Amino acid sequence: MKPTVADRAWSRYTSRQRWTRLAITATVVLAVSWSLSTIDIIWPWVWDAPAQIGDLFSRMVPPDFSSLDKIVWALIETLNIATIATFIAVVVSLPIAYIAAQNTTPNRATLWLGRFILVSSRSVNTLIWALLFVAIFGPGVLAGIIAIMFRSLGFLGKLIGEAIEEIDQRPVEALEATGASHAKVVLYAIVPQVIPTFFAVSVLRWDINLRESTVLGLVGAGGIGVILQGAINTLDWRTVATVLIAIIVLVIAGEAIAAWLRKKAI
Amino acid sequence: MSTATPSSRHWRKPPFITNPLLRWGILIGCVVYAVWALYTLPFDWARIQEGMSRAQRIFSGAFPPSFERSELLIEGLLESFKIAILATLLGLALSVPIAFMAARNIAAKPIYLLGRGLIITARSFHPVIVAILFVKAVGFGPIAGVLTLTIYSIGFVAKMLAERIEEIDWGQVEALRSSGTRYVAVLQFAVLPQIMPRQIGLAMYQLDSNLRASAVVGIVGAGGIGATLMNAFGRYDYAFALAITLVIIAVILVVEAISGRIRRNIW
Amino acid sequence: MLRITHLIKRYGNGEPVLKDLNLEVPDESLVSIIGASGAGKSTLLRCINRLVEPTSGSIELNGQELTTLKRDELRKSRRRIGMIFQGFNLVDRLTVMENVQCGRLGYIPYWRAALRRYPAEDIERAFHLMERVGIAKYANKRADELSGGERQRVGVVRALMQNPEILLADEPTASLDPVSSRQIMELLQNLADELKLPVLINIHNVAEAKEFTRRIVGMRFGRLIFDGKPSDLDDDAMDAVYSGTPSDEREDTGAAFTRAVTQ
Repeated sequence: MKPTVADRAWSRYTSRQRWTRLAITATVVLAVSWSLSTIDIIWPWVWDAPAQIGDLFSRMVPPDFSSLDKIVWALIETLNIATIATFIAVVVSLPIAYIAAQNTTPNRATLWLGRFILVSSRSVNTLIWALLFVAIFGPGVLAGIIAIMFRSLGFLGKLIGEAIEEIDQRPVEALEATGASHAKVVLYAIVPQVIPTFFAVSVLRWDINLRESTVLGLVGAGGIGVILQGAINTLDWRTVATVLIAIIVLVIAGEAIAAWLRKKAI
Repeated sequence: MSTATPSSRHWRKPPFITNPLLRWGILIGCVVYAVWALYTLPFDWARIQEGMSRAQRIFSGAFPPSFERSELLIEGLLESFKIAILATLLGLALSVPIAFMAARNIAAKPIYLLGRGLIITARSFHPVIVAILFVKAVGFGPIAGVLTLTIYSIGFVAKMLAERIEEIDWGQVEALRSSGTRYVAVLQFAVLPQIMPRQIGLAMYQLDSNLRASAVVGIVGAGGIGATLMNAFGRYDYAFALAITLVIIAVILVVEAISGRIRRNIW
Repeated sequence: MLRITHLIKRYGNGEPVLKDLNLEVPDESLVSIIGASGAGKSTLLRCINRLVEPTSGSIELNGQELTTLKRDELRKSRRRIGMIFQGFNLVDRLTVMENVQCGRLGYIPYWRAALRRYPAEDIERAFHLMERVGIAKYANKRADELSGGERQRVGVVRALMQNPEILLADEPTASLDPVSSRQIMELLQNLADELKLPVLINIHNVAEAKEFTRRIVGMRFGRLIFDGKPSDLDDDAMDAVYSGTPSDEREDTGAAFTRAVTQ
């Protein structure tokens, strides 16, 4: 039988694909129109927004460098918060990673304990942690350090734990066969295999923490954010501009150092 | 067999950094830095000592979490969803042209630098900083949230997309060019199809992270569940604050699971 | 002297992997164990140092029963059993010296292991053994920088560092090129003579087994069906060891094994 024209008609998608695409498009359209129609927005404000934003920027130039020394000190404080918090978090996350990895955890209960710690640390944002610790310890750098540390634990513990789960088991078997105790097997067969990931993940988290430390001050937990908040509250927009430039410099420098450290280690 | 006397041989693990001066320099430098950093940080010890009793008060106030004003909670949560959806859509749309600008193999040099500059600026600022500026410019509420997260999305999506464009299969582009196709049509038929799958995956990922971020930018007044949380905290209503936090965690976990599943199926 | 009697190993409720296995290996003898994949050779070796737990039966090493040992006693006994692996199982990111000293981990205190402050006599012994097998010049190299043959020598030295009373080698040459493979077999042969150890080698390469060992044990589906001198391993015996599938074996148990020589 010769194929009819209809059989030969070419189309980009099969009918099933077409229905899936239609369904996805419909979902997107529905979600967007629901959001747009119910969101609590005063539309004249929206149309006015570009002008307002432009006005804000125009008030930022030229940046005011008169309090630069204070800003530089705040930058150093920010750096110190991020570094100290990362260091503590790295140390504390090791035992958590150890009990949260399936192949090293002593038993079921510790596995779930480890996972619980990781999930609760990861699901709460640094700034929410900071709110809590500012309420406890008062405004200041300690609240910031502890907040950054708490958030980092989950990140570090999860990634290091996964690295422990992915190690080559054969050296472990070999060392068990020599009659080495469990602690020594960990030291010689697991630790060396996890060290590269450990290092890379710590540097990565330090980089992230540097960014997060710049905003701690907005809830009172120390760092450059305190100055930013102060300048915004006093409508000192030209100082705000300086602080923003300072933050960009800090973050880009941090990224460059992190990239360099990673390259060095490999 | 060697004739060396048995006790004459030593072995030390070769150090990680061979140069002893550098090795000790780095070690001492780290210690000095740590001591100096801890010494210069302004700890308010008197206030910190009250911490334990305050913690006790906060936690006894927080338990059990109170869901009494759950309509406020749901309202805030829905607003966060709306902010995240709109910002994701806007961000994805805007990041396509910016990604083309920032792809070295497609854009001319000055345009490339402009595109990269936009991306770097968007990425350098924590969304909370962007949010506080928008709140000042356009007032409290979800507009500031949408604008903030749009910029946040551009920073990530445009970067990933530009990297994807830079590694596309160039043969397809040349095939179209050699048949005399116009530049815009080349982009549409040779480049876009190659980056679309990535774009859909990124969309899911970005929706997920925008939802997380919308919980935070609310803290500085950009609407959503974060604003609800901040209000509860400001009124020392710790039981409600805990309830909100628990709901945020639950929603984040659920959305993460869903978006993870969808991305696995698409990618 | 290693004596295995009535050894059975079964995973879950399946067909046993080792079925009532009996074997005796006197000191100073090199025994190769041949057999098709899945015959249970690897499981047999791992039952001896209990990397795999035997289901029942008895394994005695120089008069000590191994199957009933508790944790700490087991650890102490494992120190006396050296093992060499097909994949070398070295820790790639550690130096050759550290890998070699792994063989002493069961003997030294934890702080020495952690700080790499090995006892002087262990270092001396390591250099001595590494010179013996020709890898002393690599002491400070990372294990993953070595070639396959060199890596297996590190594996052999690690096992010898334990001062073992028996050596178990699980396909020690299967990942090596023919030249390195011969060198490792010669090394094992010489070590068995020099150190007066029983050495058990699982091996796929029957030609090597015939050339380097004076006693060959053939396994098939969890049973010993051949045990004799290389010259006794003729074509019929080879067929008995290497032919068939597990289902054949269940149908005619015993019928094809007339040539099996058990002790």
